[in-house]
Amino acid sequence: MNLHASAAIYRFEMNRTARTVLQSIISPVLSTSLYFVVFGGAIGSRIQEVDGISYGAFIVPGLIMLSLLTQSVSNAAFGIYFPKFTGTIYEILSAPISYAEIVLGYVGAAASKSIILGLIILATAALFVPIRIEHPFVMLAFLVLTAVTFSLFGFIIGIWADGFEKLQLIPLLFIMPLTFLGGTFYSISMLPPIWQKVTLLNPVVYLVSGFRWSFYGTSDVPVAISLGMTVLFMLICMAVIWIIFRTGWRLRP
Amino acid sequence: MPSVISVQGLSKVYESGFEALKSVDLDIQKGEIFALLGPNGAGKTTLISIVCGLVNKSAGSVRVGGHDIVSDYRAARSLIGLVPQELTTDQFEKVEDTVAFTRGLFGKPKNPAHIERILKDLSLWDKRSNQLRTLSGGMKRRVMIAKALSHEPQILFLDEPTAGVDVELRRDMWDVVLRLREAGVTIILTTHYLEEAEEMADRIGVISKGEIILVEEKAALMQKLGRKQLTLLLQEPLAEVPAALSSYDLSLSEDGTELVYTYDTRSERTGITSLMTDLRDADIRFRDLYTVQSSLEEIFVNLVRERR
Repeated sequence: MNLHASAAIYRFEMNRTARTVLQSIISPVLSTSLYFVVFGGAIGSRIQEVDGISYGAFIVPGLIMLSLLTQSVSNAAFGIYFPKFTGTIYEILSAPISYAEIVLGYVGAAASKSIILGLIILATAALFVPIRIEHPFVMLAFLVLTAVTFSLFGFIIGIWADGFEKLQLIPLLFIMPLTFLGGTFYSISMLPPIWQKVTLLNPVVYLVSGFRWSFYGTSDVPVAISLGMTVLFMLICMAVIWIIFRTGWRLRP
Repeated sequence: MPSVISVQGLSKVYESGFEALKSVDLDIQKGEIFALLGPNGAGKTTLISIVCGLVNKSAGSVRVGGHDIVSDYRAARSLIGLVPQELTTDQFEKVEDTVAFTRGLFGKPKNPAHIERILKDLSLWDKRSNQLRTLSGGMKRRVMIAKALSHEPQILFLDEPTAGVDVELRRDMWDVVLRLREAGVTIILTTHYLEEAEEMADRIGVISKGEIILVEEKAALMQKLGRKQLTLLLQEPLAEVPAALSSYDLSLSEDGTELVYTYDTRSERTGITSLMTDLRDADIRFRDLYTVQSSLEEIFVNLVRERR
């Protein structure tokens, strides 16, 4: 194993974050905080409890997921897209480094960033709404698993993208809508019966539901299924990345 | 001498259908400076890119230090440092960080002393804390060389190293190259500046349209393919080349004071002796003479032209 290489990529990516702390940490924390202020404080007090939890507290796990998903995808996508764009990718491709080590560096860094971000948002939320975490280890497991999975997904997008607009396309077109419709702001049981079935096709439902279970002990789908679906999606992403590297698609002509 | 890079039957067809390399065979010897010459689009960069792992080959095999570049890519790539043609840098990184980054990618533990030596050799030490975007083009080129040397490679590829580089940097760069050669590093360079290949290289390969046309010791190449010109400085100017001498490849300077004879050093008889005799018979006297060997550039242009 060439772990020096993974570490070099990891450090490089983390330094990039440190340089751009305003856009990579402060701005997502600020925008998520606005949800807490508006839905938790202002409107939340007029909305009745959901599953016995105050509305402001109910939406916290979903909002953390929202940031986690979008930030994981965009961090990882940008991380690998940018060297492709500037041409510095030649260094990675000519180095004695395996696919797994490249992924470890980029995805590890992207996931670390979003986990840090998720924890900061959690701490921020605690300032506005009352939060309790019943299963902290499960909570951390979901946080890490989701960050890694969606960083892998973002890595794929970064390799696929051949322009900056495509980097934004997937987060805006898929991740945001799926998260909003994935039970971030409501419990699935509040939907008409037919939509309760349809919504199960949305992978984010499992993430939000499982994550919320780790906070309050209530969930829309059994937590084991949530965990299973997340792992499944992670394996699919890994398989796709494996194929990309095997064929050299968009990396080695 | 053992070959440190062995290329056999290497072909590359890009997705567009463009055939960049056509069954190329090439052996690079350990410790030599090898210059790869060829016009734009000849396949120089594709060849280097395949050896370094940037481009997938279509057919054939490449071994670097005895290691196959596909099945044993780690061992093969560890030996290689690459300075690509394009100036591609992480604009916001600091000089010392970006050089250390490359060393890390090649799996080497940190070695500040080595990095310091490289930066000093390339006159970058004063700029070590500067962000790359603040550097001039020439300085960035130095950084790219520093990066390539950061992991102490056995083989160094320089793809068009002096394109757009000022005289001072060129001199510095060649100093570094010569020092590396003394340390036993094999150097492969592509260049358009033929005088550089002429000055620096031990062997020269010429590539055109994806095929290696010729690989030769530089001296042998110069001698073998070299055309020479004998210039006679006449005592009395001539109006035209005398008819008696029309069988020779002669030309007269504009003012008629210099008679230039072009001959091929490869041919058995250069015709110099008979020319001298005929000149005396025609009563043409000269006060001085000199010969000039044709440059690599001329040789190269002729070779490529012959192929067309």
